[in-house]
Amino acid sequence: MHSEKASTGLRLAAWGGLLFLHFPILIIFLYAFNTEDAAFSFPPKGFTLKWIGVAFARPDVLEAIKLSLQVACLATLIALVLGTLASVALYRRSFFGKESISLMLILPIALPGIITGIALLSAFKTLGIEPGVFTIVVGHATFCVVIVYNNVIARLRRTSQSLIEASMDLGADGWQTFRYIILPNLGSALLAGGMLAFALSFDEIIVTTFTAGHERTLPIWLLNQLSRPRDVPVTNVVAMLVMLVTMLPILGAYYLTRGGESVAGSGK
Amino acid sequence: MSTLRSLSNLLYRRPNLYLALLLVPPLTWFGAIYLGSLLNLLWQGFYTFDDFTMAVTPDLTLGNFAALFNPSNFDIILRTLGMAVAVSLASAVLAFPIAYYMARFTSGKTKAFFYIAVMMPMWASYIVKTYAWTLLLAKGGVAQWFVQQMHLDGLLQAVLAVPGVGGSTLSTSHLGRFMVFVYIWLPFMILPIQASLERLPPSLLQASADLGARPGQTFVQVILPLSIPGIAAGSIFTFSLTLGDFIVPQLVGPPGYFIGSMVYAQQGAIGNMPMAAAFTLVPIVLIAVYLSIVKRLGAFDAL
Repeated sequence: MHSEKASTGLRLAAWGGLLFLHFPILIIFLYAFNTEDAAFSFPPKGFTLKWIGVAFARPDVLEAIKLSLQVACLATLIALVLGTLASVALYRRSFFGKESISLMLILPIALPGIITGIALLSAFKTLGIEPGVFTIVVGHATFCVVIVYNNVIARLRRTSQSLIEASMDLGADGWQTFRYIILPNLGSALLAGGMLAFALSFDEIIVTTFTAGHERTLPIWLLNQLSRPRDVPVTNVVAMLVMLVTMLPILGAYYLTRGGESVAGSGK
Repeated sequence: MSTLRSLSNLLYRRPNLYLALLLVPPLTWFGAIYLGSLLNLLWQGFYTFDDFTMAVTPDLTLGNFAALFNPSNFDIILRTLGMAVAVSLASAVLAFPIAYYMARFTSGKTKAFFYIAVMMPMWASYIVKTYAWTLLLAKGGVAQWFVQQMHLDGLLQAVLAVPGVGGSTLSTSHLGRFMVFVYIWLPFMILPIQASLERLPPSLLQASADLGARPGQTFVQVILPLSIPGIAAGSIFTFSLTLGDFIVPQLVGPPGYFIGSMVYAQQGAIGNMPMAAAFTLVPIVLIAVYLSIVKRLGAFDAL
């Protein structure tokens, strides 16, 4: 398949495309160390580590980081439980309504976030639930389930059926088979799915704008900063932090699920 | 331990009970919270909003849905739809060479590198990527610096003067907004195309060459048609995500509502939840129509 060589034009287009995808991200890392405190001018005049200290001394930033971590942890936990249950239920047997269930799991990320967001908001209003941490977590968990589901079901499909049969033949009951055979097999897939769900929740803004009420997660804090460009350097440092928290899990998930048809992160 | 054992034995003998127990938690969550909310929202679309008292009453009406066809609202829908189509087309054009190179000319470590290099920007924070573009396009920012270095000022001014594309500056132009959208959704297009090209059997290309086709002919008559399912699959994301976005239109580009920003404004500042609900139906219907079109192109098999 690789007998012929790519033409120069194709190679340029491919590598150029990669550069295009990464350039704005590099810019964020560049500006986080910029000495200037008001402008976006390019090229930067100098570099400093000062703003990192300034940003992490700000109570509003720390507050938002704490809330985002809290929400992401809770949403990931719920997604791990529901996603694993759904994938164990759906991976082998076919039954009436199976297709509809998997479609329903995908719907929250396939439809634009604004639909999920406003639907949840109107439901909370109808039920008289005050928006807050709880409502943010409900929204995030809903679209994180499919991430865990995708990772776990791919692993289950690759887990050899004969292992389970051998365990049963050797006298293990259903619970023991689950505990000693299936769960260890799922471990890294669960970790990968959990990390990706965490990243997705940590960065989510569209659904959150509707369900947050007066709470401010880190992305909402960032969005508010953009319409009030008072302290650009602090914003830049926070932007770099959010970028790191969302990019590193994809590396981790890749290494945990590589080998075999990996699905880590496909279909964010 | 023995109760655990008898319980697991019972579940093993009753696979339907086991299945039901597994499905109850996720189905309750999705059925009650998610589908329930969606239906509730749709129902609210029939409520009446009083312009004078600013109050919502549960008197059922079709007025909100009819109001979608007012010239000003219909304009918003067309503007958003046009952007979604343009972004999908441009993403397909930009994504194809990357996907093609990945699928045909990389293997082993290089392929893994490309894969991660596409996945990382895809997962990187959406709001920070948008923020990065406001920095890039700002006055005195990188884009302007680049244009000046290349002495392209005249060209940029000419492009910005085109009605419907331009605007007063790059960051307040339709062009700027379009670039941000394409950037943000591009990785969602690359991966499905790459996957569909990956599945293309090399023997087909050899057969085409054996039968006397030049490389260009093979590309147009064999490779391109067989990659259509991948392009269609990728376009589901670019189309649907552009259609519902309200952060990018708010931060980059000229004033004027998109469907998403209209929904946001109606429920927030105006407090007209029924109209917001009616507007939410527009992307749902458009996406449903779009899905039925791309399904014929084989998009679902390429997902």
